[in-house]
Amino acid sequence: MRIFLLPMLLGIALPVSAALNIFACTPEWGALATELGGDKVNVYTATTALQDPHRIEARPSLIARARSADLIVCTGAELEIGWLPLVQTQSGNPRVQVGQTGYFEAANQVPLLEKPARLDRSMGDVHPTGNPHVHLDPRNIARIAAALGERMAKLNPGEATHFGARTKSFLERWRAASARWEKEAAPLKGMPLVVYHRNLTYLIHWLGMREVAALEPKPGLPPTTAHLSELLAGLRQNPAKAVVRAAYNDPRAAEWLAERAGIPSVLVPFTVGGTETARDLFGLYDDTLARLLAAVK
Amino acid sequence: MSARTLCVVALALAWSASLPARAQDAELSRIREEIRQLKEAYERRIQGLENRLAEAEVRVAKAGQGAVRTDPAVAQPGTRAGGENAFNPAISLILQGTAARSSQDPAAYQITGFAPSGGEVAPAGRSFSLGESELVLTANIDPYFRGLLIAALTPENEVEVEEASFQTLALGHGLTLKGGRFLSGVGYQNEVHQHFWDFYDAPLAYKAFLGGRLNDDGVQLKWVAPTELFVELGAELGRGRGFRSTEQSRNRAGAWSLFAHVGGDIGASTAWRAGLSHLRVSPRERAFEDADSLGNPVSQSFSGTSKLWIADFVLKWAPGGNATATNFKLQGEYFRRTESGSLMYDDSAQAVPQFGASFTDDYRSRQSGWYLQGVYQFMPRWRFGYRHDRLDFGSVNNRIVASGLGPAAADFPLLMSAHNPTRNTLMLDWSPTEFSRLRLQLASDRSRLGVTDNQALIQYIFSLGAHGAHRF
Repeated sequence: MRIFLLPMLLGIALPVSAALNIFACTPEWGALATELGGDKVNVYTATTALQDPHRIEARPSLIARARSADLIVCTGAELEIGWLPLVQTQSGNPRVQVGQTGYFEAANQVPLLEKPARLDRSMGDVHPTGNPHVHLDPRNIARIAAALGERMAKLNPGEATHFGARTKSFLERWRAASARWEKEAAPLKGMPLVVYHRNLTYLIHWLGMREVAALEPKPGLPPTTAHLSELLAGLRQNPAKAVVRAAYNDPRAAEWLAERAGIPSVLVPFTVGGTETARDLFGLYDDTLARLLAAVK
Repeated sequence: MSARTLCVVALALAWSASLPARAQDAELSRIREEIRQLKEAYERRIQGLENRLAEAEVRVAKAGQGAVRTDPAVAQPGTRAGGENAFNPAISLILQGTAARSSQDPAAYQITGFAPSGGEVAPAGRSFSLGESELVLTANIDPYFRGLLIAALTPENEVEVEEASFQTLALGHGLTLKGGRFLSGVGYQNEVHQHFWDFYDAPLAYKAFLGGRLNDDGVQLKWVAPTELFVELGAELGRGRGFRSTEQSRNRAGAWSLFAHVGGDIGASTAWRAGLSHLRVSPRERAFEDADSLGNPVSQSFSGTSKLWIADFVLKWAPGGNATATNFKLQGEYFRRTESGSLMYDDSAQAVPQFGASFTDDYRSRQSGWYLQGVYQFMPRWRFGYRHDRLDFGSVNNRIVASGLGPAAADFPLLMSAHNPTRNTLMLDWSPTEFSRLRLQLASDRSRLGVTDNQALIQYIFSLGAHGAHRF
């Protein structure tokens, strides 16, 4: 009796089936793991779309969740460097340490853009291995999905066919959707944008848009009035079509500049959960494109 | 290939067509030779370009992902820096310093009513002072262990080992074993590195009961429960390094402690952690200097057991959990210490002693203290904080005084002055990035009986090198 009572008292999620416990650092990887795993995975997402992924703390709840995780799925490329190493070492869980099968870095599966030629903090908070915000290019999602599906099968060989079939089905639907998005997004080609942080680089690269400027004077530094005035002057010579920011970015600077430059300020969900419509990965891209297309009209 | 040949032929035709019709044979052959050379040069250049393209394609194919747009700024997946220094640990350096003024001399600082704790607890030195420069090295040792060294270069030109510890990575079952010298897991603030504190100095309770902080030599075993609620239990065995226990040459641990922490989230905006810790040491002849009622130096020492309880909590709030623009942190701890044993009083070393003898009798004390602090980031980069500190003299039962045969309470100004020290501290700090911080701190400190020490300081904290992860 006591054996059953204790876990109940402590609120342990007893493994009903041998479902894989997945700890996703950011919502996009949580959504992807759910797509590939279905009911054979329990996915916990550590952050929301309204939180700046650069500024997460190693909260006690994260350590508790990492303790029981079979797989940690994160972006990598040092996006989570401020908190994940602590969560991993404090969790007392050897399966999810760096280098183990239970630790998956999405950025390792794709070519990274903007690898800095020179590393110096006077350049702001740069990521040495390149821009880590890889999830806004659907081709990256496809690569990462293939690798993640494989990893899940490796961790739970009993469900390998299940994960394999779901991955295949996801990739098929994803390729079809990607083709549709590329067609729909044709009017966005060459569209000049002002971004908040350089977190839309892969989207811009994929759709052939142009990043004219960033509201942050240097990566990671909050926008300053001096920098915004400079941007405004620059936009007179070199106009942009919109000021685009992620759901978690502070709206004030974007609104300020958009209003004075006479261009729309566009909020994009950035990741799953960033807007009402961006409920899954497909919704994320649908909504992102719809919002950008509305601005270009 | 054929398209290229056609091009060259067309080029040649265009060229020759522009020639006068009566061109000499010799001139024609010279022109043909020139065209042939031109063609060869172009072919070489095109071949070179084709080779480069093929190489790029191979690189992409090696990445295993098929067609990728080649871009000079693209880093291929899985590429890592190599070389001899590839395995160097993460290194970071903390630079700190202060400019301070205070109405009382920091060198004569004491917390009246409480036995000295032996740590560096005095307020910031007057005028400009360099703080401790900390060098932090950390890396995984192998798949089983992680290592850490924090060496402090003190302004007195000494090197102090603040932490040098290993930690297991592969024990499993939520267990982690730590060994070496490390910041104890008791309380909340104790494990927070000093450069990450929200105020320049430690709370009074830490100063009075732990000498500022506890970093003993020993081992720590920690267990994280497999629950959604964060539950962490820990036990430490230590040498009993430092004053609070007096280290001795004994074949056993001089100090032990137990602690438990629980924590979790309340919605997406709030995270919390609370804990309870117990520490026990058995000091032998823990000696310190005081002055008797005539102002002459006397030595006193305590032998017995010292038990300390700490209850701690911390709560962090940010709108939607996004701490970038605004956030709030509330933190408080309560300390309660009981000591029982014997006290020795000796003024025989004086030239003209009041008693000229040594007295030893029972000594018992029950003292407590707490602090509560709130820090609010009201806009990006700017934070404002307030801290209230209080120590409660509690009850001290000194049988030397009670017996009435020797020294009276007035001969124990430090131990027997029923004084409840308090302190109020305000701080405002500005952090241009997470690697730099400038702080203004004002404090009204009533640690000393009958005097108020008004302190003001400006502090800088810079961190260079590897991006360290910070504790909750």
